[in-house]
Amino acid sequence: GLLIRAGLWCGLLGRRRRAGRRGRAHCLGALPVKGHVLGLDREQLATYCGDATLLGVHPEHALPGVDFCTGSLGHGLSMAAGCALGARLQGSKRRAFVLLSDAECNEGSVWEAVMFAAHHRLSNLVAIVDVNGQQAFGYTKDVLNLDPMADKWKAFGWDVVEVDGHDCAAIASAANAPHKSAPRVLLADTTFGKGVSYMHGEIKWHYWPMSDDEYAIALEQTVTDVA
Amino acid sequence: MRDTFIKTLTELAAADERILLLTADLGYTVLEKFADRNPKQFFNVGVAEQNMLGLATGLAESGFIPFVYSIATFATLRTYEFIRNGPVLHHLPVRIVGVGGGFEYGSAGPTHHALEDVGVLRMQPGLEIVAPADFQQAGNALKATWNHKGPVYYRLGKNEKALVPGLNGEFRAGRIEIVREGTDMVILSMGGITPEACKAAILLEEEGISACVAVVASVSPSPMDDLVSLLERFQLAVTLEAHYRTGALGSLVSEVIADNGISCRVKRCGVQEHSNGISGTEGYLNSLHGISGAAVADAVRGIMAGTK
Repeated sequence: GLLIRAGLWCGLLGRRRRAGRRGRAHCLGALPVKGHVLGLDREQLATYCGDATLLGVHPEHALPGVDFCTGSLGHGLSMAAGCALGARLQGSKRRAFVLLSDAECNEGSVWEAVMFAAHHRLSNLVAIVDVNGQQAFGYTKDVLNLDPMADKWKAFGWDVVEVDGHDCAAIASAANAPHKSAPRVLLADTTFGKGVSYMHGEIKWHYWPMSDDEYAIALEQTVTDVA
Repeated sequence: MRDTFIKTLTELAAADERILLLTADLGYTVLEKFADRNPKQFFNVGVAEQNMLGLATGLAESGFIPFVYSIATFATLRTYEFIRNGPVLHHLPVRIVGVGGGFEYGSAGPTHHALEDVGVLRMQPGLEIVAPADFQQAGNALKATWNHKGPVYYRLGKNEKALVPGLNGEFRAGRIEIVREGTDMVILSMGGITPEACKAAILLEEEGISACVAVVASVSPSPMDDLVSLLERFQLAVTLEAHYRTGALGSLVSEVIADNGISCRVKRCGVQEHSNGISGTEGYLNSLHGISGAAVADAVRGIMAGTK
């Protein structure tokens, strides 16, 4: 999911912040990547999860570039739909982007917003679902099966594009392709813990803290990607 | 109140296109006048209150002043976390319109009885709460607050006829309105039940007890200064509200007394128990739960006679 956020920020939102919005809980882990875009320096980033910091686990709207606190799941799509509707009412070409997790789609409120956006043909709205197939306690197919995800969104009237969630260019291209008269969802196929060999598809790393040794290995395996 | 409120809102929206009205499929025969006059500013979002609040949050962030409309229970309780994490957390001008305070939807059953809406919302910092006492005050309260910077909750009744004597539709944010002077004790009332407070004062007057009546329509932020100077004048205050006894007006008055060390006893007339499925007309349920002019007068008599 980290690369989706990086791609969204650098490829779509970086130049014109007001052009788009985002919201996805549990995503401050991506902050080192987009720290540059947000104008946060190394010293500020070092306060992550410390005291007297705005850099907690979940994004805080007092941070530059964060429009909404979406630490509670199931809010982001409604807020983004409101932004998209607002842009249309204002005759603006602004577009709204929102990142959801697949397990976030367990929330009923997501589907309220899905119906609304389709009914009002909000073609200036792009949702990106990070489909990594995992949630806190297990794999989504075991906890609350979401399949068939593409068929669900199609049935609700959305323009569905399935993309490789680790391919920034593919995500940007799919997000920017001309819209049909419907909101678009990118179902971004991702591997949980991508880039850190011992985390791949491992449930425990949703919460588990790294040891110093594990941290060193993770850094070694990912540092070229992040830079 | 709601008709006057919507009529006033219709006029305001015609003059300011930032004003939008969203309903979760409620308000049939009430909202049409707004929709006809301002069709591009009206959205029926379907039976989906959570999404309605999320949409309003996004719209407010985009520069609009969205009013979201539903029955008070659905507008406040179904949506509570969306209110907290949306307009409250982001300080956005979303307007939550809850219709039917207390037992106004009496016969509709307990799911429709709004008995804790003000209590739960009063805990949210920066959320203004307006509970008009009659239709005139509802219209003026809207005119006075629609353009405030932060979020507002309007608790509206359905009664378009009852008027609180002496109120004359007066509303001032952060203030209370004294509608009847008295010297022996004070009755403080919130919302559409207020005519009952006036009835109690008349009943008590017949027995030689002089009751002051104050309307607390601007509930949050707390009208602290006015409450302090009023409560300092009396040794007995009775609060009347179509709400659970905990959380709203009775609690507010008790807090003000405690915080300021005022020597005044409080008797809270509000709903104490869940109705266990019993429904009925508003008047029946109000009497059943001791929120009527007669019940207030009884309480005052008992306390003054030293028996309660």
